[in-house]
Amino acid sequence: MAEIEIQDLYKGFGPNPKRVFPMLKNGKSREEILNETGNTVAINGVSFTIKNKEICVVMGLSGSGKSTLIRCLNRLVEPTKGNILLDGKDIMAMSKDELLDMRRKTMSMVFQHFGLLPHRTVAANVEFGMEVGGMEKPERLKKAFDALKVVGLQGYENSYPHELSGGMKQRVGLARALANDPEILLMDEAFSALDPLIRAQMQDELLEIQAKMHKTIVFITHDLDEALNLGDRIVMLGPDGKIRQIGTPEEILTDPADEYVEAFVKNVDRTKVITASSFMHHYPSITVPREGCSAAVRAMEKNGVSSVLAVDSNRVLKGVVSIDDAVKLRKQKERDICTIIKEDVYTTQRDTSMYDLLGAAMETRYPIAVLDEQGRLVGAVGRATIIAEVNNIIDDEASPTVLSEVQNGDSDQSTEKERVTS
Amino acid sequence: MIVLQFIDIGGWFAALINWLTIHGAFFFDAVTVVVDGLLSGFQSLLITVPALVVIAVFTAAAWATAGKWMALFSIAGFLLIMQMNLWRQTMQTLSLVITSVIFALIIGIPLGIWASKRDSVERIVRPILDFMQTLPAFVYLIPAVLFFRLGPVPGVIATLIFSLPPAVRLTNLGIRQVPTEIREAAVSYGATPKQILIKAELPVALPTILAGVNQTIMLSLSMVVIAGMIGAGGLGNEVLRGITQLRIDLGFESGLAIVILAIYLDRITQALGNSTQKQKK
Repeated sequence: MAEIEIQDLYKGFGPNPKRVFPMLKNGKSREEILNETGNTVAINGVSFTIKNKEICVVMGLSGSGKSTLIRCLNRLVEPTKGNILLDGKDIMAMSKDELLDMRRKTMSMVFQHFGLLPHRTVAANVEFGMEVGGMEKPERLKKAFDALKVVGLQGYENSYPHELSGGMKQRVGLARALANDPEILLMDEAFSALDPLIRAQMQDELLEIQAKMHKTIVFITHDLDEALNLGDRIVMLGPDGKIRQIGTPEEILTDPADEYVEAFVKNVDRTKVITASSFMHHYPSITVPREGCSAAVRAMEKNGVSSVLAVDSNRVLKGVVSIDDAVKLRKQKERDICTIIKEDVYTTQRDTSMYDLLGAAMETRYPIAVLDEQGRLVGAVGRATIIAEVNNIIDDEASPTVLSEVQNGDSDQSTEKERVTS
Repeated sequence: MIVLQFIDIGGWFAALINWLTIHGAFFFDAVTVVVDGLLSGFQSLLITVPALVVIAVFTAAAWATAGKWMALFSIAGFLLIMQMNLWRQTMQTLSLVITSVIFALIIGIPLGIWASKRDSVERIVRPILDFMQTLPAFVYLIPAVLFFRLGPVPGVIATLIFSLPPAVRLTNLGIRQVPTEIREAAVSYGATPKQILIKAELPVALPTILAGVNQTIMLSLSMVVIAGMIGAGGLGNEVLRGITQLRIDLGFESGLAIVILAIYLDRITQALGNSTQKQKK
């Protein structure tokens, strides 16, 4: 178990940070407080829970207090006020030894600019946490080599950090964090210093590692795409150091809490984020071999569609039956429907993005069946649904205008008219 | 201006020194024993071992750290010193430099570490260092003679005071310049303050600290020559003889020996600094 509960957390920087609380209570803004007292409010009354084994992304622009927030979790920064509970135990009340022990065993951190020791080899860097914790050399060396294998750096154990590329350096940082198998990873803009290609690659690898190791990960970023890609849940921090919204990537996109979040998510390519589970719908199906052609034809008539999906008694998908085949079979007075079940139907999972479904949807005559992990039918995505959804999210103002509309249009469309005629 | 007549800074300073000479005699005697012991140890080692053996060792050290050109230079340079009949004096000077540098580092590096950890210490130490560096070197010699009498020991003490500041300053600077993330990484993985210092900060700051060591050596070499005026011996003594007797040949020869020694010490300590620098990006 590793669940972190953050309760009403504040952090102020400056000569006397405690002075800010009465002023915050009176509704003064951060700027007013800075001008009057010289204190900056970095974290402004933040409460949320990081659930066990989830990737919780804390997202905000610079100055939103996100880096300060993550540093409060292992007390690199002492909060001015508030509590942080790790599985119910207050981190703020820990003794020096308890704190060292937590840093050595429970929580490890990955830094934006890697934070590697330049005078140590890759392996010695990965060993660092275990070394200061007093682990014997052979044991920690073995753990370091294992961790380097996980991040794909075997063979570089004796290199020095300056001999590695940025992406490889951060793999060392990640290996160092994983080496002692802590329950919690704190990742402070871990991929922000990498170039976009390497960054996407590292994100995918982090997700792969997470699928195998199931850590509780707190990931700080200023990049919305990264947040949407990695986060099970996203905590949006506003420029005032307060939480604006907490939710899954889809909730943030489809239901932004206020204008700030809305402005943030406006330019995201939603087809890449909205997944099948949110726009799939019920699709008529028949259970084979119990139901025959008559049931199939009736189901299609009733729903006004030209095919049904066939499932067995456990709702495991068997294939698709088209109206033509069903009618033909009924005329021939054949009874065994299994002969006309076709298997050329596309299937997908609930978490596939709309973007990835577009190609298949344009190509196939049948709906795309959405299956769960056991291969059972949970819904379907039709071609019409996808086109409708894509239309929903397209920004109307930017979409092209039909020529006839342009020519008949009134004066406020004149700029577009000029563009067309010239 | 009448009021100002009461402010007799020079008189007060003289009174302080007199008081210390009388009441601190025990302390100064103890210092004399320690410094003199170390100094005579180095001197007898460097002078009793045959000169050619010493030159071979110096050359090997130059080869290992700074490469073959520096090795060639040390053979040629030290043979020239032998040829000029200044070997004994050069080794005396080198012993003075080594002794005062050892003491300067023993005092300077911990002081630099302390100053890097506490702003209040830095605020107090900095003006004292400024004072030590800018006060004309000859001024040190007077109290040094009063406390330790004439001879090599006051020479070492005056040299140590003169050459201490860069060791303190650059240790302080080097540790303060350790990137925040490296320090944070060490803390976040559960290092204690002592482990942070030894395993992260000092190694990362090492090139800067070695630059300070290099500066300390160079300053102490220049001061050791001046210390010849109070009977510290060595090349400084020869330079002084050259001046007082207006002997251009002796003055030039001993000056040349100092330059050779300076180049040798400078290049080798710089090469040491560079080899640790290579590990940094």
